Amino acid sequence: MSASKTTEIRSIEVPALARVEGEGGLYIGVKDGKITEIKVNIYEPPRFFEGFLRGRSLFEVPDITARICGICPVAYQMSSVNALEASQGIAITPSIRALRRLMYHAEWIESHALHIYLLQAPDLLGQESAISLAAVAPEVVTKALRMKKVGNSLLRAIGGRSVHPVSTTVGGFYRWPEKEALQALLPELEWSAAAAVEAVRWAATLPYPDFEVDAEYVAIRRPDEYGMLDGRVVSSSGVDIPVTDYEKHYLEDQVEHCNSLHSHTKEGGSYMVGPLARFNLNHSQLGKTSQSLIKELKVQFPIRNPFKNLFARSFELVDAYEDAIRLIREYNPQGPSRIQFEPHAGEGCGVSEAPRGLLFHKYTVGDGGLIQKARIVPPTSQNFARMEADLWKFAPTVITKPHDEATLACEHLVRSYDPCISCSVHFVRWENKDAA
Amino acid sequence: MPAPCKTTVAVFKFSSCDGCQLQILNMEDELLALATEVEIANFLEARRRVLPGPYDVVLVEGSVSTPHEAELIKQIRGQAKLLIAIGACATAGGIQALRNRADVDEYARAVYPHPEYLHYLPKATPISELVPVDMELYGCPVSRAEVLEAITALLHNRKPNLPQHSVCLECKRKGTVCVMVAKNMLCLGPATRSGCGALCPSCGRGCYGCFGPQPGMDLNTLVPTLRAMETDPRETARLLSHVSGFAPAFAKAAGEIIAEEKKK
Repeated sequence: MSASKTTEIRSIEVPALARVEGEGGLYIGVKDGKITEIKVNIYEPPRFFEGFLRGRSLFEVPDITARICGICPVAYQMSSVNALEASQGIAITPSIRALRRLMYHAEWIESHALHIYLLQAPDLLGQESAISLAAVAPEVVTKALRMKKVGNSLLRAIGGRSVHPVSTTVGGFYRWPEKEALQALLPELEWSAAAAVEAVRWAATLPYPDFEVDAEYVAIRRPDEYGMLDGRVVSSSGVDIPVTDYEKHYLEDQVEHCNSLHSHTKEGGSYMVGPLARFNLNHSQLGKTSQSLIKELKVQFPIRNPFKNLFARSFELVDAYEDAIRLIREYNPQGPSRIQFEPHAGEGCGVSEAPRGLLFHKYTVGDGGLIQKARIVPPTSQNFARMEADLWKFAPTVITKPHDEATLACEHLVRSYDPCISCSVHFVRWENKDAA
Repeated sequence: MPAPCKTTVAVFKFSSCDGCQLQILNMEDELLALATEVEIANFLEARRRVLPGPYDVVLVEGSVSTPHEAELIKQIRGQAKLLIAIGACATAGGIQALRNRADVDEYARAVYPHPEYLHYLPKATPISELVPVDMELYGCPVSRAEVLEAITALLHNRKPNLPQHSVCLECKRKGTVCVMVAKNMLCLGPATRSGCGALCPSCGRGCYGCFGPQPGMDLNTLVPTLRAMETDPRETARLLSHVSGFAPAFAKAAGEIIAEEKKK
């Protein structure tokens, strides 16, 4: 090997990614100035959820699957109950559905505010964390924490606590939350809704890396609202299927270097789920404030820059506050908080949109309501192939920069997806060959 | 540069859901003050900058479930003046310890075409099974108030004031109607350590033991009561085998029921 300039370009190795949920690393192998290998390494341990779900009563499932992820327990509870209710052939009432949507907004609020300000924004503002950001721009972090807090407060009002809430059950809720407790949050939600509008304008000005890539976007869609709680699975390539066909279109593979499964389309392509995918596919269904912001900022669709996941998230935050305010104002629950039924054998699948993307659950239920089989496809395992595909295009554009800068830029790309590694490996750990 | 006298705090994650670390990030009113009072030296979920050890206080989330983790916890112990295990995973094995009673190899074979690629220990265990732990904070998730209280107490060199009573007593204090008596629901509240504020009964359902067994509580009197209310013969055993299912008192009681049922 000559001592030419190219040999100075070193491989990028991030043994442990910061500001992501769970444990993962990043390796970009470089030889003679060319990228030879890209791996998003996942070494988060397996937790065998689908093993120990077997033999549990279906009523225990939402409490157990919530523990897959402390950041998006509501998503796990909602996809679980959707799938289990389908397996039992029961339909929930409009009042139960409205409360579920409100609860889900609360999770989107806390998770999106966390990701925008504490996890991704430091990359765009030249900071290592929100803690260091607070030293130079305390007003940004203070505002962010206030916006995040109301999401957690709302979740506590509905579910008792914000991490692993306890009110959700198959068929509805163990109890209706107090109207007064919800209404007490209106002033903070209104303040946050206004702050979120400013956040969108601020997010529009951030110095995203100049990078565009073609990707297939996948999200759930409903005719009457921005897809979140349930709906059909749609994609930018024209897929429009009921959730029962999800497994025919999206498959999972083992990838040796990664402890999580990787999803791909049935044609073998990668695809993206999450805020940017949803925003690109369903932006016309966001509320009126978002629509006027889209016009004001002259947003062109599709947005092809994955770093702009933060921008999409900021719009979803506006909408979450706005719709949460509406739902609280209209909150007047009718009928029982849960549908009673006698558990029986059946099979069902369900989807919902976790803050970081589409979350699929499928259960086979035996006699007496005991789980025989469970399958869960989390958003992050669907995004892994997309992250690596992006890195193959993005890394060559930064690899000649100073090593630390190049490393940070590649880390930032992974972080923009808000990967939830704890979720992605709840089943499996594929041993890293290099480490073995 | 940080002031040299500041207490250094590190947070590490083992097998877990991230929820206990998130409880720290969920201290919206206290987080910035905390970051001023102590030096957050190593907390990967929150910051990219990592200061080298040793650390004055190390908070550990998660249970030990892989050979790599078993090594790592020993290294971390060596870097920690004071090690605090936070949450049900770190103190009792957590939800993933539900596999401890099962044939985990069978789980792997049933699901994966290449189970030989999977690396895991036969059991997911609490931190204290591998290294000495100085303090345990329970819960699934851990209580934010308890984490703050523990850190504040350490900074002021006093004993932390943590709940010492059961969920059942908490219900009485709050005036929550007993779900066992009034609704015939199975509830672990009489035998579970408080810390949640008796959330489940106040939501109209029975406690499932997030904060683990209340020391000194007699499960021998509670279990027969619960079993008399069962709609199926494994219900009490399943209730005990939840997020704190590997905590010795709960594991023993559940094991006895399962053995008894097998005999039938």
